Amino acid sequence: MITFSQVTKRYRGGTEALKDLSFTIESGEMVVLTGPSGAGKTTLLKLVAAIERPTQGSVLVHGQNVGALTRGAVPYLRRNIGMVFQEGRLLFDRNVFENVVLPLRIIGMPQREAAKRVRAALDKVGLLEKEKARPVTLSGGEQQRLAIARAIVNRPAILIADEPTGNLDPDYAQQLMDMFVAFNQVGVTLLLATHDPNLATHSTSRVLHLRGGALQA
Amino acid sequence: MRNLFTQHRAALVLTVMRMLDAPLATLLTVFVIGIALSLPLGLYLLVDNLGQIAANSQGQPEISIFLKDNAGSAVRRNLEAKLDERAEVKEYRFVPRDEALNELSKNMGLSDAAAILGKNPLPDAFVVTAQDADPDKLDQLRQDMQAWPGVHSAKLDSEWARRLNAFLRLGQQAVWLLAALLGFALAAVGFNTIRLQILALRDEIEVSRLLGATDAFIRRPYLYLGMLQGLLGGLAAWLIVASAFALINLRVAEIASLYNLNYLLDSLSWRDGLAVLASAAILGWIGAYLAADQHLRGAGAAH
Repeated sequence: MITFSQVTKRYRGGTEALKDLSFTIESGEMVVLTGPSGAGKTTLLKLVAAIERPTQGSVLVHGQNVGALTRGAVPYLRRNIGMVFQEGRLLFDRNVFENVVLPLRIIGMPQREAAKRVRAALDKVGLLEKEKARPVTLSGGEQQRLAIARAIVNRPAILIADEPTGNLDPDYAQQLMDMFVAFNQVGVTLLLATHDPNLATHSTSRVLHLRGGALQA
Repeated sequence: MRNLFTQHRAALVLTVMRMLDAPLATLLTVFVIGIALSLPLGLYLLVDNLGQIAANSQGQPEISIFLKDNAGSAVRRNLEAKLDERAEVKEYRFVPRDEALNELSKNMGLSDAAAILGKNPLPDAFVVTAQDADPDKLDQLRQDMQAWPGVHSAKLDSEWARRLNAFLRLGQQAVWLLAALLGFALAAVGFNTIRLQILALRDEIEVSRLLGATDAFIRRPYLYLGMLQGLLGGLAAWLIVASAFALINLRVAEIASLYNLNYLLDSLSWRDGLAVLASAAILGWIGAYLAADQHLRGAGAAH
């Protein structure tokens, strides 16, 4: 499903974020990416979604070489990848429903069908009663759940999340992790990045430990 | 197909909502565009109206031949024979100097001009109507007549109309020049308002890209916005020009009635009005496209 072959990512200015990285994530796997901040976790996720391109090596997603995609092909790759970002990236001038419906608007899904999907996604993250609320009025945990609802509404095959439990208290973080495990159980390939070692040990998933841009056993 | 329709409708609805969200900004932009367009449009109409007046006044291609003071009846008969020979001459009329003076004093409201002037200053004259209104042919005929014996001068009565025509052509050129300049300004206004909106909605564009939006999807609402702004601006220009001409026409009717004329300026025709709307919409679209394209290219380079 996701294959990194000898991937090196060097940013302009010479910082080497990833060094000669190779690994494979099978379809339906749940992988937790751990490591201190600055280890290259976010860069790795960005390479999967073609937000960044590898300096060397190749990144294959669904058998497509992501680094070689044309500008026009990138959106179609992203439609198959649900993304939850560290900073949420919600649109604060729209209500909860409007935030979640955006990916469906982008693919041009008819209104009625889209509304059903949005409510299903909100139901899964427990925000169904808040569909009219503005994101500002939500707690940090609720905002993160809203971001997750937006990531899964299009039923992507792959879900990637960057520090989804970032600023949440441990109980709440565990709730979110349970939610991710549930998605994985219905077949979604999961790739989570977190600096919290507790979360990694809690789950039954495979752990990739990243340090200084390289994998550690 | 259905998806595309859904997307276009969604983009249009979003655009209209955004315009209504900031009514004052929308109104101001529309007015700027409207005023910019109404200048060349109003000038175009004025030139057009003057052109019609000139065309009407040229309906009677007349040449006046003024005879020399000492010209007697022999000269007159000779000229009549020459006039009969020329095929270009449709008809002619001899106007004796006394009759001319009578007419003058009548027109000027004087009871007896001769009594004031002492002596009739007017010459005998022929008023010749030509077959053809073509200015070049008329001028040739006038020059020929000028050379005839006993003729003091031959004057083309429509000369002033020819001069007016030359000025009108100048005016038309000015209209096109102004239209081109303001068209450019319109595209620039479109470009700038759209650029500002894009900057304000930067987050949304960024998030949309991450969620798999194509460039076309991101551009769409802005293109609609540019087009709608142009369209409304065109409509504003139409309204401005139509009201201005309605106002002017009140005065024109007053003046015309003093001259016993029934005359009104023509306002904008439906065809011209729709052409203005279409070109304003297209220019707004172009401005928006350029702004959106510039932003997307900038963002694309970062990723």
